[in-house]
Amino acid sequence: MINEEDEPAVMRWWSILSLTLVVGFVVRLVTVWMFTGHPPVTAKGLRNQRPLKTLIVLGSGGHTAEILHIVEKMNFKNYSPRCYIAAVTDNHSLAKAKRLEEEKAGDDSKQCRYYRIYRSREVGQSYITSIGTTLFAMVHAFYLAFSIQPDLIICNGPGTCLPVCIAGLVLKVLGVRWVVMVYVESIARVRKLSLTGLLFYKLHLMDQFYVQWPKLQQNFPRAQYVGRLM
Amino acid sequence: MKTKGMVFVTVGSTLFDALVEAVCQPECLATLRKLGYTSLMIQLGKGNFIPDKSVGEAENIDIEYFTYKPNVAEYVNSAALVISHAGSGSVFETLRAQRPLVVVVNTLLMDNHQSELADELAERKFLYTASPETLVDTLRTMRLDTLVPYQSSEPSALVGTLDQFLGFSPA
Repeated sequence: MINEEDEPAVMRWWSILSLTLVVGFVVRLVTVWMFTGHPPVTAKGLRNQRPLKTLIVLGSGGHTAEILHIVEKMNFKNYSPRCYIAAVTDNHSLAKAKRLEEEKAGDDSKQCRYYRIYRSREVGQSYITSIGTTLFAMVHAFYLAFSIQPDLIICNGPGTCLPVCIAGLVLKVLGVRWVVMVYVESIARVRKLSLTGLLFYKLHLMDQFYVQWPKLQQNFPRAQYVGRLM
Repeated sequence: MKTKGMVFVTVGSTLFDALVEAVCQPECLATLRKLGYTSLMIQLGKGNFIPDKSVGEAENIDIEYFTYKPNVAEYVNSAALVISHAGSGSVFETLRAQRPLVVVVNTLLMDNHQSELADELAERKFLYTASPETLVDTLRTMRLDTLVPYQSSEPSALVGTLDQFLGFSPA
């Protein structure tokens, strides 16, 4: 039986513990932010020799087409093994990715993995139920990110990539894995960023933030203009 | 007047009845015929409006349509003119195939960021833009010979920048 005098002590222990955790988390978050955008440690000095485990988020439709266009040009020796994530309701993207892999990587494509993720919100879904489904999608994304543990996440919006990138950030903050995060704004965005892009930009989440139009780079100076993909 | 062939009309996989309806108006069909086009191939996407072939026959223009095909390269490549919604996939496929293009922006879309792209490309004289309401006027007054050919681009700069950031030697 706990004595009356012990209760304040127990409370104090819990307070100290919670405070330590919160402070530790905040310090770690700030550290991660400071190092975001700096090349990963292995890149300093000598050329990077180790291939990076790459997670590619397929946003469906035009987004899938754009990002696969990038993957097509990547040197697979450096970005290996590769994993693809698409929304559960997206019936075409993973098949397109598989086709590209078979054409470009041949036998090596067998080590690629393909995952489906629950979407935060479907078009037209009510905002109230969206809260529940977003939380569910987050949990699913965390589970996938923790099991895959990529070195690199590359995405170009839309909403599908949000939970995945946040999960990547959590991996970074917890010190589980330094996940390099790369965002490519769509070619359709000429002067303004998409909602996902704006969020990632404002939160300084991405190590590399690429835009395809010069006006966009002028309006968002921390972005890098890399020319059009098509 | 020499016949110039097929006009490919596409809404991609979207719902954009306003465009298909505008193209199938007798006035629009007459304008296209006067310009020398003899047939229409329409991708209806998720649309509900089904064109009436007899309206085309009345204007001496052959109308054909289908719901959706994931690969429309054969139509884009053989079209004398493309009239398309403002989706970046359709727009750049047509530009890269070096086909004349009129982009029709869907003013009913809530988040109409597509007009940003269409306007920028029109400013650079790669294509013409119109709304469903101004389509006929645009067709009547457009000078396709003043359009600038689109130079295709590639992701090489992006991939190079990323490789460099990650410390990989250039390919």
